[in-house]
Amino acid sequence: MNRHLISAGDLSHDDALLILDTADELARMSERPVKKLPTLRGRTVVNLFYEDSTRTRISFEAAAKRLSADVINFSAKGSSVAKGESLKDTALTLEAMGADAVVIRHSASGAPHRLAGWVRGSVVNAGDGAHEHPTQALLDAFTMRRRLGRLDGIRVTIVGDVLHSRVARSNVLLLSTLGAEVTLVAPPTLLPVAVGSWPCSVGYDLDAALPKADVVMMLRVQQERMNAAYFPSVREYSRRYGLDAGRMALLPEHGIVMHPGPMNRGVEIAAEVADSTRSTIVEQVANGVSVRMAVLYLLLSGSEVTQ
Amino acid sequence: MTTGSWLITGARPLGGDPADVLISDGRVAEIGRVAAGAAAERLDGDGLILLPGLVDLHTHLREPGREDAETVSTGTAAAALGGFTAVHAMANTDPVADTAGVVEQIWRLGRQAGRCDVQPVGAVTVGLAGSQLAELGAMADSAAQVRVFSDDGRCVHDAVLMRRALEYVRAFGGVIAQHAQEPRLTAGAQVNEGVISGRLGLAGWPAVAEEAVIARDCLLAAHVGSALHVCHVSTAGSVEIIRWAKSKGWQVTAEVTPHHLLLTEELASGYDPVFKVNPPLRTAEDVAALRAGLADGTIDCVATDHAPHPLEDKETEWEVAAFGMTGLETALRAVHEALVEPGLLDWAGVADRMSSRPAAIGRLSGHGRLLPGEPANLVLYDPSPADAVDPAAHASKSRNTPFAGMVLPGRVMATFLRGKPTVLDGKLAW
Amino acid sequence: MRHATDRQGQAPAKTVLEPAEISRALTRIAHEILERTNGADDVVLLGIPTRGVPLARRLAERLEHVEGRPVPAGSLDITMYRDDLRLRPARALGHTEVPPVGIDGRVVVLVDDVLYSGRTVRAALDALGDIGRPRAVQLAVLVDRGHRELPIRADYVGKNLPTSQRELVRVLLTEVDGQDAVVLGVNLTATARGEEAR
Repeated sequence: MNRHLISAGDLSHDDALLILDTADELARMSERPVKKLPTLRGRTVVNLFYEDSTRTRISFEAAAKRLSADVINFSAKGSSVAKGESLKDTALTLEAMGADAVVIRHSASGAPHRLAGWVRGSVVNAGDGAHEHPTQALLDAFTMRRRLGRLDGIRVTIVGDVLHSRVARSNVLLLSTLGAEVTLVAPPTLLPVAVGSWPCSVGYDLDAALPKADVVMMLRVQQERMNAAYFPSVREYSRRYGLDAGRMALLPEHGIVMHPGPMNRGVEIAAEVADSTRSTIVEQVANGVSVRMAVLYLLLSGSEVTQ
Repeated sequence: MTTGSWLITGARPLGGDPADVLISDGRVAEIGRVAAGAAAERLDGDGLILLPGLVDLHTHLREPGREDAETVSTGTAAAALGGFTAVHAMANTDPVADTAGVVEQIWRLGRQAGRCDVQPVGAVTVGLAGSQLAELGAMADSAAQVRVFSDDGRCVHDAVLMRRALEYVRAFGGVIAQHAQEPRLTAGAQVNEGVISGRLGLAGWPAVAEEAVIARDCLLAAHVGSALHVCHVSTAGSVEIIRWAKSKGWQVTAEVTPHHLLLTEELASGYDPVFKVNPPLRTAEDVAALRAGLADGTIDCVATDHAPHPLEDKETEWEVAAFGMTGLETALRAVHEALVEPGLLDWAGVADRMSSRPAAIGRLSGHGRLLPGEPANLVLYDPSPADAVDPAAHASKSRNTPFAGMVLPGRVMATFLRGKPTVLDGKLAW
Repeated sequence: MRHATDRQGQAPAKTVLEPAEISRALTRIAHEILERTNGADDVVLLGIPTRGVPLARRLAERLEHVEGRPVPAGSLDITMYRDDLRLRPARALGHTEVPPVGIDGRVVVLVDDVLYSGRTVRAALDALGDIGRPRAVQLAVLVDRGHRELPIRADYVGKNLPTSQRELVRVLLTEVDGQDAVVLGVNLTATARGEEAR
């Protein structure tokens, strides 16, 4: 595997399966009384979170700690970063601290790429702007495989604001690498102009797509998009693209509902859908820790092997 | 033999057969067979292409206001090394060049530095704010004799204001140079809207935002019978619109940058902001159309849009990095690579697109012609070397060139400004 | 000198244990376990992947055959407890399956194919400590090739095989390799130690 995990597109089919299989074993180990493994003892993992995201940060923190790594949390608020320190200077500080891995979440697409040029450790992208969120895609694939038993050939429909979604980009790349069939459903305004070049199909009609979906993944839609004329009103969006109980009934028997969170209950997803047995939203969170443990283990082992 | 006279032997004027050139009293005295001993100084021009001094219609010298990025002195040194004898300094300085006072200051700084003629461009609107016309007449009458007006950096997007500006400058033969960018369609835009923007998760800058403004402005210029110059054309669609406007006989001229002739949006894939520029790098189809447009004259000239930025404005995440690339020192080499190498343009054509036509559009006398009697503004260019571009060796204060490490052909060996060498043996003469 | 097929095409290897010998060794080990644990009442066999696992299963079958009741057997992957993770590219994890009875208060017999430096067993002891608290831990190996780097010894040994560090010992088992054999070859690549830190 590469030194960094910045894009889901960097993962080959075998790399991706290795992560998922490793996560499987690690999930089992989480059922023991002692959940800690000594694997990354003496290593330092820095969480560099420029965007507020308690859930993802805690997930990475738990993953690193379960592998006995030392964790340093560096959040943008109230730090030198908030006072205008550049990403480069922050990177140099981390280097001086001897970070073996930096987990970065940033509002600017490409921030992990830049960081990778300035640190010697491994860079893990925890979400950069609208670009990618590879560990989210990995935990989504892990969840799908656990629920449905396989990934090859399953039909996944992703619904919502694809244009601004890093989760969508990573999922499209990873799922197609793993042999799944992906369909995007959204109003045309929320699809990138060049989406035709992506390894997936595109549709504008949610009702037509649902009967053929083994998985439906709802993306969060931000109300601010309404002000930039991406859709006329929240009501219209919800009516045409929201997943309510009626639509959920259109899914095949085994169909599952996913959401990367945080949810806008009542906008893209109805409360009763979010809370139903078809929904994997809660287990996605637990799976996140195992998947992130696998990623940290695979990136940091062998780091002293001379290439 | 007069002091300060030069005899250049065996160079190839406009790429043609070797000839000698005698420079005397700041002018080209003779081109042909010149007897040895006719001049105080000699320069062996064997193997060198001789062109009229290059004229840049679009440069950012950053002074006053951003002297950390470039000054008139360092910028004109870079220009001379690139073979330029005249540059048009864009108005988006701080303070903005929207009054006679500021344009005269810039003009004087150019004369003081003395390496290259600096022709200030006046802003179209006060403070580049796009709402009120600047005192175009005062700038035209000033010592700087401004004829080219531009809000470059910003678009004059208000149709009424653009119409008025076009009409107003007819009184003194001015030309409005438009930076065509519909602002609302490009709010927050970072890269060309297309495959790359979708993949990289960066806000896209759609081609239509440039093309729609160009189309509107061509129609306006025709309607009021005035001259429009289009800055940094970057799309195939824009080339087509300009070709159509010219076919109607309308007074439309256009420029293209060296980087838009060579580089595509793929380079943004690594998120390195050295490739971030406005208008953005586009697709291979656009590059091909721009080359063809320059070759057939639809695009009149090459203009560098030299945009120096200090390191801290480029060594950041893409979204917060400044837009712009340096270009003065690499322009001729880039055009050599993009057009002469593939046989799209010969050296006479290069002289036309990089000297004669820009001089004409800028209404600059004394530049753009390689003829006896004309001021000796010349450049001698060695087409044979093929070296990697090294920004550390540049005279510009800034290092943001997208060609760093790229092998480009050629090297400017000498530049003469009114008969006085500013560059000799590939280095600044003083 | 008998030569077995060497999968990696290195210098011809020598078979030091034939299938029948392996079978007899496992039978003897099974009887030894029964003797030393007074009938294997609370014994749990845990094989270390890869080849320790089928060996543990074979031992469990033999114990069951003699005692007439099943003996719990499972697997214990120790990859996450290795002390050399930084020095090699990341390895895929083997499967860990602790039998439902657990290990608390039990006699765990770790089963592996080759005992060499002892580091694998050390890692296994750490792993066991995080799973529970056995009453005792014992070690059964098919081959002990010497060159211990830690104070670790096996309780049950199929064959003692003195080797030089330049030699390569490979155990082949039908369940994994399609044949049963213990093969001794010369490691033509640099450090034999590096290749096989067991």
